[in-house]
Amino acid sequence: MSFEQFIFYLFAAAMLGSAMMVITMRNPVHAALSLVLTFFSGAALWLLLEAEFLAITLVLVYVGAVMVLFLFVVMMLDINLARLREGFVKLLPVGVVMALLVIGMMAYVVGPENFGLEKFAEPVGHPADYSNTKQLGRVLYTVYVYPFEIAAVILLVAIIAAISLALRKRPLTKHQNPDLQIAVRKEDRLRIIKSDAKKSQPANLEDKR
Amino acid sequence: MLDALLTLVIVLLKIVALLVPLMVAVAYLTFAERKIIGYIQGRVGPLHVGPRGWLQPIADAVKLIFKEIIIPAGANRFLFLLAPLLAMGPSIAAWAVMPLGENLYITDINAGLLYVLAVTSLSVYGIIIAGWASNSKYAFLGALRSAAQVVSYEIAMGFALVGVLLAAGSMNLREIVLAQQGSLLHWFWLPLLPLFVVYFIAGLAETNRAPFDLAEGESEIVAGFHVEYSGMSFGVFFLAEYANMILISMLTALMFLGGWLSPFQGIPVLDSLFSWVPGIVWLLLKTSFFLLLFLWVRATFPRYRYDQLMRLGWKILIPITIAWLLVVGAAVVGGLGPWFDGA
Repeated sequence: MSFEQFIFYLFAAAMLGSAMMVITMRNPVHAALSLVLTFFSGAALWLLLEAEFLAITLVLVYVGAVMVLFLFVVMMLDINLARLREGFVKLLPVGVVMALLVIGMMAYVVGPENFGLEKFAEPVGHPADYSNTKQLGRVLYTVYVYPFEIAAVILLVAIIAAISLALRKRPLTKHQNPDLQIAVRKEDRLRIIKSDAKKSQPANLEDKR
Repeated sequence: MLDALLTLVIVLLKIVALLVPLMVAVAYLTFAERKIIGYIQGRVGPLHVGPRGWLQPIADAVKLIFKEIIIPAGANRFLFLLAPLLAMGPSIAAWAVMPLGENLYITDINAGLLYVLAVTSLSVYGIIIAGWASNSKYAFLGALRSAAQVVSYEIAMGFALVGVLLAAGSMNLREIVLAQQGSLLHWFWLPLLPLFVVYFIAGLAETNRAPFDLAEGESEIVAGFHVEYSGMSFGVFFLAEYANMILISMLTALMFLGGWLSPFQGIPVLDSLFSWVPGIVWLLLKTSFFLLLFLWVRATFPRYRYDQLMRLGWKILIPITIAWLLVVGAAVVGGLGPWFDGA
């Protein structure tokens, strides 16, 4: 077994194992962290394909940003596991049908008859100066420029939709006004009073009590 | 087989040769911080352990190592102990691609800049998991603040890096430095001045340093995410924070101040006068300058309030970077000299 094969099987096993853990872990935080491990193993497998841009972007975007927010939400939720399990038996038939459908579809698409060296040529290693990033950029901005721009516009629409959903006015929310805060001067907040240091001394301590 | 083993041993030796000085630097950075902030505030800082206090970091380390690690009763034991490692791992892993000189590096990968950005974005996991696994309200509040802060400032940081890679035409850190060759005015700090400032501010926020240390906020949430940690498990968080500071400082030096290039390059007499100085000395001097800035800022500014922090990140830093990216793009296309006319 070559070193590449060893790395492949190691990360493939880690990926499958952690993907299983995502759905079997009871604690949602543990499940989310297993998903992080799954993404990592996927990135390692992409590195083996010399797709370093995709691999690092997977870590940067999914692990570094998306999963952080995911974890953020999962930690904030007070998940009642007993209530989540309530409808398990009732919904089981529907779930089984869905699962069988998905398994059937995946077997059709990624079944063993679609793979193998007779279907695809054996991948050849690239020289050391090969840059996956450059190749990707070249293709993305020439051949696929329209799909790329359409995807960008869809994302922009999603951003605007998300902001307009979050930006609703509620009567009880209080806001800071940064302009007013910045415009504050010392005179608005602070009053310096001159006082005579001697005068305020009580005549004797008994009086004060 | 023997060849492979030899390569492995050489790589391991390189890693040790980088990590040991890094850990010593971290230890003495804590000492420098206490001394410098002391002098700024009219005190003298630590001075009793060893001559003039020089053994203070060693004493601190010994103390932390021998303290008991207390695990709170309601804590998630596995994640509680995993969190410090998750904080430490990324801050060390990022050093794998740092070039310390033209031929002085562990690895020299094409997507070095992207790798650094990806790896540093992972350090937030240590903080979030620490906050959650401690099962403490203060720790959890600190973790939530930190998560929102890091995700927000990462965008500004990423855009600043996009400007650098536009200007250098490469994501390889070594080539980025070589693209700044010429003279002090050829370095990227000048054409990318707004991005340089934004990057440094975002770096302060990424490392959870004052004035962006809301995740710790000792006056409101005690010590934030690491309030339940003691002994060496706290020490590892501490080490990670300082290693991150050195990392950000060195990255700033590499990307905007010409890395190991001499500042006297291109000046007739001084250039030859200082040509004997090895490049790593210049790099370390520039790094130390940014580290001093880190400490100086901490001694000078009060902590931001949470809404101010978010406003600064989203409404000021990110628009600046987007606008300046357009300027850099136009300058690169137009071949503006003396920076972009070479390609």
